Amino acid sequence: MSQLLIAVALMLLLALLLGAILGYASVRFSVKADPLLDKIDAILPQTQCGQCNHPGCRPYAEALAAGSDDINKCPPGGEDGIRKLAELLGVEFKPFGADAPQPKAKAVALIDEATCIGCTLCIQACPVDAILGAARQMHTVIASECTGCELCLAPCPVDCIRMIPPGSELTNWQWRYPTIPIRNVSSGATR
Amino acid sequence: MMPLFDFPGGIHPPENKAQSSATPIRQAPLPPQLHVALRQGMGNAARPCVAVGDRVAKGQLIASADGRLSAAVHAPTSGVVTAIAPQPFAHPSGLPELAITLDSDGEERWIERQPLHDWPQRSGAEIRDFLAQMGIVGLGGAVFPSHLKLGVSPLETLVINGAECEPYISCDDRLMRERADAICDGIAVTRHALQARQVLIGIEDNKPQAIAAMQAAAAAHGFGVVAVPTKYPSGGAKQLIRILTGKAIPHGVRATEHGVQCFNVATVYAIGRAVLHGEPLISRIVTLTGAVEAAANVEALIGTPLDQLLALARPHRDSHEVVMGGPLMGFTLPDLAAGLTKAGNCLLVKSPALFPPRPQAQACIRCGDCASACPVSLQPMDLFWFAKAKNFDKAQQWQLFDCIECGACSYVCPSQIPLVDYYRFAKSEIWAAERDKNAANLARQRHEFRQFRLQRDKAEKAQRLADKAAQAAARQAASHSAAANVVPADPKQAAIAAAMARAAAQREAAPLPEQHSSGLNDAKQAAIAAAMARAAARKAAADQAKAASGQPPAPPPTSSGLDDAKQAAIAAAMARAAARKAAADDARANQQPDP
Ligand code: SF4
Ligand code: SF4
Ligand code: SF4
Ligand code: SF4
Repeated sequence: MSQLLIAVALMLLLALLLGAILGYASVRFSVKADPLLDKIDAILPQTQCGQCNHPGCRPYAEALAAGSDDINKCPPGGEDGIRKLAELLGVEFKPFGADAPQPKAKAVALIDEATCIGCTLCIQACPVDAILGAARQMHTVIASECTGCELCLAPCPVDCIRMIPPGSELTNWQWRYPTIPIRNVSSGATR
Repeated sequence: MMPLFDFPGGIHPPENKAQSSATPIRQAPLPPQLHVALRQGMGNAARPCVAVGDRVAKGQLIASADGRLSAAVHAPTSGVVTAIAPQPFAHPSGLPELAITLDSDGEERWIERQPLHDWPQRSGAEIRDFLAQMGIVGLGGAVFPSHLKLGVSPLETLVINGAECEPYISCDDRLMRERADAICDGIAVTRHALQARQVLIGIEDNKPQAIAAMQAAAAAHGFGVVAVPTKYPSGGAKQLIRILTGKAIPHGVRATEHGVQCFNVATVYAIGRAVLHGEPLISRIVTLTGAVEAAANVEALIGTPLDQLLALARPHRDSHEVVMGGPLMGFTLPDLAAGLTKAGNCLLVKSPALFPPRPQAQACIRCGDCASACPVSLQPMDLFWFAKAKNFDKAQQWQLFDCIECGACSYVCPSQIPLVDYYRFAKSEIWAAERDKNAANLARQRHEFRQFRLQRDKAEKAQRLADKAAQAAARQAASHSAAANVVPADPKQAAIAAAMARAAAQREAAPLPEQHSSGLNDAKQAAIAAAMARAAARKAAADQAKAASGQPPAPPPTSSGLDDAKQAAIAAAMARAAARKAAADDARANQQPDP
């Protein structure tokens, strides 16, 4: 009988000890940031355009992590982004709303330097500091840093900023999806 | 006889090498104009170091390497640089690339060649640097800069790749038959740089003359010449290493970590020419074959327009496209005006009679033929499935990047599926996703820094303002106490004002998150109010002056945030810009005829 008691007491002691160690470790080595938040943020395209009605990608990620917004609000991420978010958050895929902004091809801003009056309003709007310029000096966009968020278009008082699709280069050229070439079977057939 | 090993899979397509390998290497005539592309290595395009109008000598450096994987470019002949502009480029995309256009003067005047005669005394690093200056890249097709492959020494085995397994191509075969001694000199230099213990030259047994010639030349040096069984793709670096040494190099591991390095015969020949004769890489041997009257191997200058090279072989009338590289791994050239590149080992002319179009692809029947043909033991049908479904994560998990795009799977597929096209598509999609990821990370960093900067600027401004206010208060207090009896002295009030200012400064300096979103903060508002007051004062002064000179006063200042002077300036600027724009639009409208 005493053997049984000793065994029980020993197990109890061991459990308490291990519990204490685990409890200490979970406090001592706890990860501060919300890992889910970072994972969501990693999926978002970081265009920082605000089309999701949040002031940037991180706030949208926070809303998603808190479950207070839908996963189909980020047009720059495309359907692919929604799919990734759905997988990460374990929810159903949801297409973009019919009246919501739709994804479009990526482009970078270009300032018409002859028209620019140097008002610096676009600099203040750019979320990633991709515009160079100074008061009453001509401004220009650093194309490699522009995310294509279009936030600089509206503030420009002389409408001199346009979005242009990036040119094709060897470094960003891609093989096309293999397709079967369509041939004309008979040239005399109805068109 | 040393034991040979085998690699999994492989195919035996018809060789079709006899057409071009029968005749000796010819020298291609000097073209009147050459387009030397600046992108000759794997990495960035080289940076031109000559200007339009410069007279250059043969072998002179005309563009220097830009970055690690880039290769230096030299003038293939003497002449005048007539343009540095985008030109058609030998690449599947058909996109133009920057090239140096050289009008040859026919003199073939060399620069002073500086060979490295004392190479046996030089260290590996010195030889490496020398080869980098000479623009030597792998001539087997991958154009990897050769000096980067000489980094690890000492080495167990140096493998020289003379397998040349792809059908139709015979440039290495002819090179080995005719210039075996020069190749062996190049191997000796390479071996010295790598401090390799043994040298194995692997040649497919369908080239008996090349084997004989190499054996005769290699005997003096003590290199081993090994006839390997003919099987495509035994000329893949990893495949040849496996055949000769039995070592299977896993993915992501360099061959040097297993004590092996592999060089193509044409590359070691170029190394020999560079070190022993001081000639940079300005020419190469090209096989012209396929639907042509006179298939041949020609030695051509880099930059020779491809259509002029092809004319030497007299393509058939019905030829409809030209492939650079072999029938299995090559790509269709979009524009024949492009200049020859260092990668161009073969120009294969296709005609419908010789290369009937591939029948339409059928559905995969999962026969497994592709898997048994794959030399790297992949599951091509699964890769195809994932690539087709754009399931790239899965494709990567199934080792898509181990695929050497050899085309063996497409060759055997009974459903005629262009499998390699799918793999290329999937790979470039994955690379693009990688680029997007990097761009997103950059944007995140910049956005975070911007937010930090805004916060910091705000705090600094508040600090400045508070300091100013405190100073003003102190001054006021001082002047008050100086003019003691005019105004009731109020040092107490001044002290209170200063304290308040300090407190305000502290409040501003502490980052308050809710203030961030509130748009204007107190300091800014104060600044604006001050500016408005100043503007109003200026205006009042101006009005008075005007009134004095008999002009009606301007309307009273509006209560908007911006002062009128500024607004007027902006309005004027806007008007100017609008006028400019309108003028531009007019000009455009005038240029375009009405539809
Ligand atoms: S909509 Fe714009 S701001 Fe919102 S998450 Fe997408 S890219 Fe970021
Ligand atoms: S330049 Fe314009 S479009 Fe580009 S990131 Fe800045 S605000 Fe957005
Ligand atoms: S050879 Fe073709 S049909 Fe057969 S399993 Fe492979 S892809 Fe499918
Ligand atoms: S192309 Fe790739 S998948 Fe197909 S056989 Fe060659 S290595 Fe294997």
